[in-house]
Amino acid sequence: MALTEGTANPRLYLQAQTRWRPIEIAFWLATLLPYALFPDYLSLASQIAIAGLFALSLDLILGYAGIVSLGHAAFFGIGAYTAGLVSKYGWGEPLTGLAIAAVAAGLIGYATSFVICRFRHLALIMLTLGFGLLLEELANSAGWLTGGVDGLQGIHTWKLFGYLPFDLYGRTAYAYALAVLFVLFVFARRLIHSPFGLSLRGIRENFVRMPAIGAPSRAHIRTIYTIAAAMAGIAGALLAQTTETVSLESLGFERSAEVVVMLVLGGAGRLYGGLVGVIVYMVARDQFSGIEPQYWYFWIGVLLVGVVTFLPNGILGGAAKLMSRRSRS
Amino acid sequence: MSPPALAARGLAKSFGSLVVASELEIELPKGVRYALIGPNGAGKTTLINLMTGMLRPDAGRILLDDVDITALPPEQRVQRGLVRTYQITSLFPHLTALESVTLAVCERSRAARAWWRQLAAHGHEIDEAYDVLCALKLDSVCHRLTRELAYGQQRLLEIALALATRPKVLLLDEPAAGVPREESKELFAAIAGLSHDITVLFIEHDMELVFRFASRVIVMVGGRVLVEGTAQEIASDPRVRAVYLGKAPTKELAELRHD
Amino acid sequence: MLPPVFGVLFDGLAYGMLLFLLSVGQSVTLGMMNFINLAHCSFAMLGGYVTVVLMSSYGWPFFATLPCAFIAAALVSVGFERAFFRRLYRASDLDQVLLTIGIVFISVAVAAYIFGTEQRPLQLPAYLRSSLTFMGVRFAVYRLILIGLALLITLALVLGLDYTRFGARVRAAVDNERMARGLGIDVDRTFAITFALGSGLAGLGGALAIEIIGLDPSFALTYLVYVLIVVSVGGLGSISGSFAAAIVLGISDVAGKYYIPQLGAFLIYLVMIGLLMWRPLGLIGRR
Repeated sequence: MALTEGTANPRLYLQAQTRWRPIEIAFWLATLLPYALFPDYLSLASQIAIAGLFALSLDLILGYAGIVSLGHAAFFGIGAYTAGLVSKYGWGEPLTGLAIAAVAAGLIGYATSFVICRFRHLALIMLTLGFGLLLEELANSAGWLTGGVDGLQGIHTWKLFGYLPFDLYGRTAYAYALAVLFVLFVFARRLIHSPFGLSLRGIRENFVRMPAIGAPSRAHIRTIYTIAAAMAGIAGALLAQTTETVSLESLGFERSAEVVVMLVLGGAGRLYGGLVGVIVYMVARDQFSGIEPQYWYFWIGVLLVGVVTFLPNGILGGAAKLMSRRSRS
Repeated sequence: MSPPALAARGLAKSFGSLVVASELEIELPKGVRYALIGPNGAGKTTLINLMTGMLRPDAGRILLDDVDITALPPEQRVQRGLVRTYQITSLFPHLTALESVTLAVCERSRAARAWWRQLAAHGHEIDEAYDVLCALKLDSVCHRLTRELAYGQQRLLEIALALATRPKVLLLDEPAAGVPREESKELFAAIAGLSHDITVLFIEHDMELVFRFASRVIVMVGGRVLVEGTAQEIASDPRVRAVYLGKAPTKELAELRHD
Repeated sequence: MLPPVFGVLFDGLAYGMLLFLLSVGQSVTLGMMNFINLAHCSFAMLGGYVTVVLMSSYGWPFFATLPCAFIAAALVSVGFERAFFRRLYRASDLDQVLLTIGIVFISVAVAAYIFGTEQRPLQLPAYLRSSLTFMGVRFAVYRLILIGLALLITLALVLGLDYTRFGARVRAAVDNERMARGLGIDVDRTFAITFALGSGLAGLGGALAIEIIGLDPSFALTYLVYVLIVVSVGGLGSISGSFAAAIVLGISDVAGKYYIPQLGAFLIYLVMIGLLMWRPLGLIGRR
């Protein structure tokens, strides 16, 4: 971590940290590979991109601001149902659909953030869990609107930009999801490299100390919670638009838990952690799709115990440690 | 005569039957270096907690430059220039020293609200943070993670964080707690070198440091101000001697000498 | 004649007693170590399956299986405490949540593998399945026994905590762990025993729960939410708080499902969020 000592110009040093590294550029170029190498897996690839965006949105609150949420799928689901309903009732244009979903999820996120920002620890975990469960029950009981357990049917997504249809193989879907993911990733990257991002890390590192340096922590938490909610809403909207269906699972507790698992597997608080974790997790699940879902959860459990016990900072954290050990010796 | 930089009027606080602050009347004139002394449990840290809003008083008012700030939350008091440090080091372990201080500077300049501009674009804030670190001789370790710093450096970083908020009144809770004696002299020399626009109050048990670096002293006992005066007056005050030497000679004396 | 509301109140009370048994251990251990153990209901589920197996495969009478459910859950839980939980007491909330939810997932899968995913009913003797009719309201014998048993246990817990040396140690550790250590109390050992006791009670609760709410592998996850509600609403480390919260929750859940079934569990979550916002440290919160 400690690089050069006593750098003459501290501005340049901090600037250098925000520069795009070659490995990042390589990573984003590699996201185009599925078109050439696995054309049969493009729908999986677009699912991964969507889950990646969802994990990224969770990383902003969990990894950077230290807000442990067990109900983040609520915003994913709000986005999905909003986009689905907008399309079902006659407006299938995808980009504006995303925007509407983002606003809806963001608004609910903003409203709940006033509660969220006042709590930490167990009470916070319980509240996020409670909000998630509440919404799930609400969607379940409002079957006339959401389709209940049968899911929301009758969504039709129009052509992208008016001329690119969403095909069965997911060619358009992947390009669409990937482009949205990339744009929002750049946005998130800028955000965490801003002074506001530094404040978020301060909140994570030492919540109690923040007021003593004059930081309005609650206002910061409200801002980031709203942004993360809107991003999760966009991810949900992407899923609704590309699969043309929304199910109750999209806002269930399992999805909330799953996204935490994926993020932690990759490494929270590292921007790319969520993406790496999502790729590993989703590809593994696809490979083992033959096994019963309840046994799939067995392996997730083993994975969780293993990650917490042996890999506390996720895959990327472990990799960074290996690298620094090698460079030192 | 200009109003005091910081004043407490009739400040009171108790936890159940334990009275930790009782009818406190304190005035800190501008630019003065104050020491706050008293035996353990006298309510010194509680006083700082009350002044800075970490605790809510049962009664009384707190005036910063003649403005009533009793109802303000802690962060707004800091924004108005009333800043504290902690006896038990409370820092940001996984931020570098420069990042920590830049964070404090950005919060003061309100740059921290800007989530659309990169940190590197806020050159003034970074430079200011670096200057604070230079002033406390921390510039050579400014890119180290806080948790990797030596303990004495972490104590200095506590002060650096406070200075980054451009305080008018600085309340230092045992700034040299746990620091070896030689180092603590350097630390106090750094405090003494602060601009005289800043009013400083520090809690300290080492009387040598108190008499060397404070122009006035407040003695607290049992949640009350026992006496307030110049260092010389305090040294010769019989009541202070009674507290420190009379009632529980061995324990309190030991504390005075070694704590 | 009593109006049907008494029947609802009675069922709610029995349900609340069940929730209390399931959650009281969680409350005390959380108050002591601030350790968020989401796997608590896995131990309850274990107790339930012990009873099922002993009754159906070995023909044991129901009441004889209850101590075994208690002991099995207590022993297994203390094994987990030694092996995994112990090293996470100082870890972040997130690590605690992740590890224990991992254990929940594993326990759900293992239970599904061994016992299948369907409900496992109990063959209770006829006298336990009968009911008394008093002034027009039916009171199930099983529920009466459940309430009686839970009240006895509560009394034993409260007295034990107040009047035994061990209870004093537990109270000291919940109140201020560091101070308790300073006084020479072996907090780790006290905690391990408390943890075992609490999980044992959960195991007992799991065994008693089968007749009322059923038992399948998802038990560990479904009732986790209820336990967490009781704990966070009742206040950490507070037996009386958990007791009150469990009764309120049990009655409002049963009443909600009876009077406004279309809302489902919605009402419960709403009540929980409201109470948490009002008193984040619980109804009878400390500090």
